[in-house]
Amino acid sequence: MYKYDEYDASIVAARVEEFRDQVQRRLAGHLTEDQFKPLRLMNGLYLQLHAYMLRVAVPYGTLNGQQMHMLAHIARKYDRGYGHFTTRQNLQYNWIKLEDAPDILAELATVEMHAIQTSGNCIRNISSDQFAGAAADEITDPRPWAELLRQWSTFHPEFSYLPRKFKIAVIASDTDRAAMRLHDIGIQIVCNDAGALGARIYAGGGMGRTPMIAHLIKDFVPFADFVSYLEACLRVYNRHGRRDNIYKARIKILIHALGAEEYARQVEEEFHAVKALGIDPPQAEFDRIAAHFAPPPFEAGAPDTVDRSDPDFAVWLDQNVHAHKAPGYAVVTISLKPIGGIPGDASADQIDVMADLAARYSFDELRVTHAQNIVLPHVRKVDLYAVWSALREAGLAEANLDLISDIIACPGLDYCSLANARSIPLAQKISARFADPARQRDLGELKLKISGCINACGHHHAGHIGILGVDRKGTENYQLLLGGSGAEDVSLADITGPGFSEDGVVDAIERATDVYVRERTPGERFVDTYRRIGMAPFKEAIYG
Amino acid sequence: MVEFLRYRDDEAHDEPAVTLDSFFGQSNATAVRIESGEDVRALLPHLDRIALIEVSFPSFRDGRGYSTGRILREAGYQGELRAQGDVLVDQIPLMRRCGFDSFAPNAPVDADTLAAALDRYDFRYQAAADPIAPVWKRRHG
Amino acid sequence: MKLLTGNDLSSGDVVWWTGQSWSRHIGEAVDVGDRGDILAATEEAARRVNVPYVIDAQITPEGPRPAHIKDRIRALGPTVRPDLPLKPADPAAGSWVI
Repeated sequence: MYKYDEYDASIVAARVEEFRDQVQRRLAGHLTEDQFKPLRLMNGLYLQLHAYMLRVAVPYGTLNGQQMHMLAHIARKYDRGYGHFTTRQNLQYNWIKLEDAPDILAELATVEMHAIQTSGNCIRNISSDQFAGAAADEITDPRPWAELLRQWSTFHPEFSYLPRKFKIAVIASDTDRAAMRLHDIGIQIVCNDAGALGARIYAGGGMGRTPMIAHLIKDFVPFADFVSYLEACLRVYNRHGRRDNIYKARIKILIHALGAEEYARQVEEEFHAVKALGIDPPQAEFDRIAAHFAPPPFEAGAPDTVDRSDPDFAVWLDQNVHAHKAPGYAVVTISLKPIGGIPGDASADQIDVMADLAARYSFDELRVTHAQNIVLPHVRKVDLYAVWSALREAGLAEANLDLISDIIACPGLDYCSLANARSIPLAQKISARFADPARQRDLGELKLKISGCINACGHHHAGHIGILGVDRKGTENYQLLLGGSGAEDVSLADITGPGFSEDGVVDAIERATDVYVRERTPGERFVDTYRRIGMAPFKEAIYG
Repeated sequence: MVEFLRYRDDEAHDEPAVTLDSFFGQSNATAVRIESGEDVRALLPHLDRIALIEVSFPSFRDGRGYSTGRILREAGYQGELRAQGDVLVDQIPLMRRCGFDSFAPNAPVDADTLAAALDRYDFRYQAAADPIAPVWKRRHG
Repeated sequence: MKLLTGNDLSSGDVVWWTGQSWSRHIGEAVDVGDRGDILAATEEAARRVNVPYVIDAQITPEGPRPAHIKDRIRALGPTVRPDLPLKPADPAAGSWVI
């Protein structure tokens, strides 16, 4: 994975001191809260319900064991012994003191981590495929492209006060594990007819109160034009995106208003102006970055068979382990969704366990997924049983990946100052209702996603089953949605009808899954059945 | 505290800046003011007769002026480029990178804070409208 | 009754106006009547509180109870971590929120 050189280290160190100075000025009263807010947000520091919240960047979801140990250390020393992995592959601490924030950033910098641009109206942390470098189906590792964008976007002088936040995802396989087309810009690295790699650019996707799927705006951008082209995309948005209404300020609204073709035309025009400036890094810089992502020294001839004699292990193996590109290796996903637990939360001790397992069994690499789980990307098949045993001991061996209890949930009203309803207690109730492992497996792949407000951090629009918490006259109320997807079969979910109480929505979900079980044809997932038979039978069962 | 900042060696230009509309109706004007949201590209054919362009920042959150500055410098504008309005001390280093070389902030800025902010970073990742070589150029010569 | 609440500037802790100063315990909060906005402006200017605001609350035998669930969660802590609230020993705390 990427290692800082003197330049990266210098920039991150300077950022720590810059923020220390800004915090001092705020505490001394030289900055008002209104003036300080955009400064602290650009370093991932929010003021939430109970305290400050710090969001630490995990660039494209990749980190090593030492960095993971640091996350555990910070949870113990400055927080309350736990952290929350987010839907953008980052980690949040819920109980941070403003006065401690500069020291935390200094500690993070010792392991090449930071909180740069994890919030604010700027280009956010670049997200990617959690199986990058390991997936059997990728055409290349997307992370060098993502790291190039990380550097380009860091403290970009023109794009630090955009109309609104800006999220970019980069993938390199036809399977989309990163909700790529629900980003402001989604990038798929593809291979053209001449055998060269380049970027296919989608723009104008997003969730929030007006969900939209990104449009293809450019089929192939070669590396030599990559930064110029993105610079053009951002400049058109910075100049013409709406600034009169915060709810209409995302790029998706601009592209919807202009039309994707007209936006693409304006980008093309801007690109021709920008391209002449010589702002694209040379191929040598790409090669330098790519060398950091060279495959680890996989053991040749590692045995390709696994002893399945322990039935509990076999269940986990089938559910949470994916094919690896190297023979004898596998990709392990650690579920952070125990039945009745808090989706995405991990204790400092659990974080340490995962770090140790990565060091011992996965070439010291971990990934964070947008579904709030952790991946050990490169595990020898012969080690899978040992990994599973250690995970089970730490309460991390839930065999529910992509099943109904593998719920994405935002922090909701338990923590978040924007939320209208709690998300976590609902996730806990749903996973308890469907706790029976055999029943979950019978229901098959079923992506359930909960947001506690219309900002959609819990990706409810992209859930096979989505839930949106709203405030109805001071009482929590939950709307149910069906048929969304954040994967390569991307679609936006439809609202079933009137909302429910917390218990009511759990019942409604059960009625919907009953319809699926009754109506499904062999091999159909919940979302496939929904797409085939439509909303009516579900609506009738839910409200009838 | 400093009320006006100028990073140029030439003589200050004291002709008042006119609006974009009146600039086009007034062939002898040499200073023009661009409001946020106005298309600066309309000025590009006339840059050789302009000595001062003042770009308005009505709110520190309104970042359109950063693009305005870069577009002017990319088109070869050599005159004074002034950021006027709700310009905060922590934004001036970014504006310098976008080509601004004078500042008329609504509220005076602390000189020491500004000096520290301008001196903060030894390296920059990306190329912009200033002469600083981006990190990738330093890495590869 | 009206309560004045906000977060401590430095620690971020939820705080309540007690008549003389700020407390982490809502039980010590007092009715600010129609003086809330003035108090908020003065206290924020003095940096004794961050983003203060006035809320509606009811008087109950257990003390003031905010009208909105959001402020009840602020007063108690996250409902999903019964080990973390200010009074973790109190089994009735959860029902106070809902």
